[in-house]
Amino acid sequence: MSLVILTAVLLLLASIGYHVGRSRALAVVGGNPRLLHSLPSYHGYYVALWCGLPALLLVGAWLAFEPTVVRTLVVTTLAESLGGTTSPEQLSLLYNEVRNVASNGHTSASPAVAAAAEHYLHIRGVLFAAVVVLALSAAIAGLGLARRAITAALRTRNRVERVMDALLVAASTVAIFTTIGIVLSLLFESIRFFSAVSLGEFLFGLSWSPQMAIRADQVGSSGAFGAVPLFAGTLLVSAIALLVAVPLGLFSAIYMAEYAAPRFRSVVKPLLEVLAGIPTVVYGFFAALTVAPFLRDLGASLGLTVASESALAAGLVMGIMIIPFVSSLSDDIITAVPQSLREGAFGLGATKSETIIKVVLPAALPGIVGGVLLAASRAIGETMIVVMAAGLSANLTANPLQAVTTVTVQIVTLLVGDQEFDSPKTLAAFALGLVLFCITLVLNVIALHIVRKYREEYD
Amino acid sequence: MSAKITARDVNVFYGEKHALKAVDLDIRAHEVTALIGPSGCGKSTFLRCINRMNDLIEGARVAGALTLDGDDIYDRGVDVVQLRARVGMVFQKPNPFPKSIYDNVAYGPRIHGLARDEAELDEIVMTSLEKAGLLKEVKDRLDERGTGLSGGQQQRLCIARAIAVSPEVILMDEPCSALDPIATAKVEELIDELKRNFTIVIVTHSMQQAARVSQRTAFFHLGSVVEVGDTEQIFTNPQHTLTQGYITGRFG
Repeated sequence: MSLVILTAVLLLLASIGYHVGRSRALAVVGGNPRLLHSLPSYHGYYVALWCGLPALLLVGAWLAFEPTVVRTLVVTTLAESLGGTTSPEQLSLLYNEVRNVASNGHTSASPAVAAAAEHYLHIRGVLFAAVVVLALSAAIAGLGLARRAITAALRTRNRVERVMDALLVAASTVAIFTTIGIVLSLLFESIRFFSAVSLGEFLFGLSWSPQMAIRADQVGSSGAFGAVPLFAGTLLVSAIALLVAVPLGLFSAIYMAEYAAPRFRSVVKPLLEVLAGIPTVVYGFFAALTVAPFLRDLGASLGLTVASESALAAGLVMGIMIIPFVSSLSDDIITAVPQSLREGAFGLGATKSETIIKVVLPAALPGIVGGVLLAASRAIGETMIVVMAAGLSANLTANPLQAVTTVTVQIVTLLVGDQEFDSPKTLAAFALGLVLFCITLVLNVIALHIVRKYREEYD
Repeated sequence: MSAKITARDVNVFYGEKHALKAVDLDIRAHEVTALIGPSGCGKSTFLRCINRMNDLIEGARVAGALTLDGDDIYDRGVDVVQLRARVGMVFQKPNPFPKSIYDNVAYGPRIHGLARDEAELDEIVMTSLEKAGLLKEVKDRLDERGTGLSGGQQQRLCIARAIAVSPEVILMDEPCSALDPIATAKVEELIDELKRNFTIVIVTHSMQQAARVSQRTAFFHLGSVVEVGDTEQIFTNPQHTLTQGYITGRFG
């Protein structure tokens, strides 16, 4: 709470700084803003930044390092008071207890812990007071110094814009660093996995049964980590999904872009995009509870054996889900084909369908392919529908009527429940995740490249 | 000389806007007829009536009588596709299809089934490119994309594409407005060649171009035809003060 107050005070100081800077700048030139290098408001921002930025950075640093500092201090004294015989694990447990006692008011059995809790609170209090004093003095000093630095010739606009630049760069790198972080964590865990299971076995093994026994004498004590059935299952489900989504999406895009009246289009296009807004878990139970039993009964009446969880059910529903990806993007791209090309074809006496098939679609093809690839990477990474409707058994089959399992499903099952992070069973999830990431990355890069190339042609 | 196309009391409305008012005009066969006039005067609108490109514009309505060889263009029995095969069009901005040069020219003959076999199609493509004066420049790269040509070459490709369907009339909507003077000169030369085989109607903003390429000129103003006559007469001895004002550059 006091942190909130501190931040509020700092922001208030910064806004005072803005007004101080502004009026100081005007005062310097006797009220004639033409004599200033920058607009008065830039002088205001300049002072506000000097006032607020260092102080807020200080608070940020405190937030980042406070837990470590406090922990080191408390644990050292705690270890001393316990006579230096406790192991690091015990100390870590005790430290948790100290924090519980300090923050929740539990009473502790051990006097050492109670003392440490008091110590803990004391340290935190002192540190916070120090930060408040430092931040406030930094803010006031910054305000004063920046105000004094203001002259008519001071290029505050350039400086403020440089800060804005830095801010924008920082914002755009957050996503990049997060991605790098995710990839690295995947990579390190995968390396640990591949020290237990060879890369060749993982990529080319035909049997998947990721069970590691706790005791060596249990049945099935050695797991099998051949991921081929998973890749095959993923491929099968995605292929079915694309078989549904590409024709339906493309045809609806052609209809909306070329034939539909503007009013129809303005109603139907958003409706189609609603499909993309349905939570995938809803699609999942629709697939599992409605489509799968329907397919099973239909199969039974035709004399076919359809598993109650089948690749077909999952693929069909997933196909419906990704229709908007195909249709919306294709629609935009078909609409972007210049009208002059259509007129050229009509002027030669082409019919509407000849124009669409021979001129508009070929011109739009690269973009459409890009849209389909984006939809494909979406299908490959889709999890919820397959978890609920495709099954768990790692069958290596091309028969869409059987249950299959996909990479994403296995990642979910491997990581749900209790896990130990030193077992290949758990680590396998990271290796699968890495492969999945690589596949979708490649697909996305190709798709974006194609789409961009297409854009250049008509701009 | 006989009239290839006749317009009698043609009116065009874009929604509420009365774009073309009671236009009477005869276009003679195997001549170049130039339509001139300030922007928005209705000359392009009239051009697009002849092959019914106005059908594509929502809210456009055409009234009056337009005939091609005596047949009503707007008769209910007319197949627009066949009409446009007889009346080709070249547009203001070169608009080659994003296909090979060969496929661009072969497009029309293919959709109309004009060639019995590949050899005949080749023949049509070559003659069309030849007639459009482009063959020499592109004969070694027929499978390259048409969009990769220069602006002037693209426009001649579009003319070749129009010729390949063997139309009777070719409509040109400011075909040189996006071209430089050298490319313009080539296209103008070509137009002069083409009038032996085709009837040509050209919309242009360039007075000199109209004077150079056309035999007849019609001056449009505010949706009406102010004056029609032999090009020489229109440019040397205009009957109407508006025409005189426009061709001498006093307005427009």
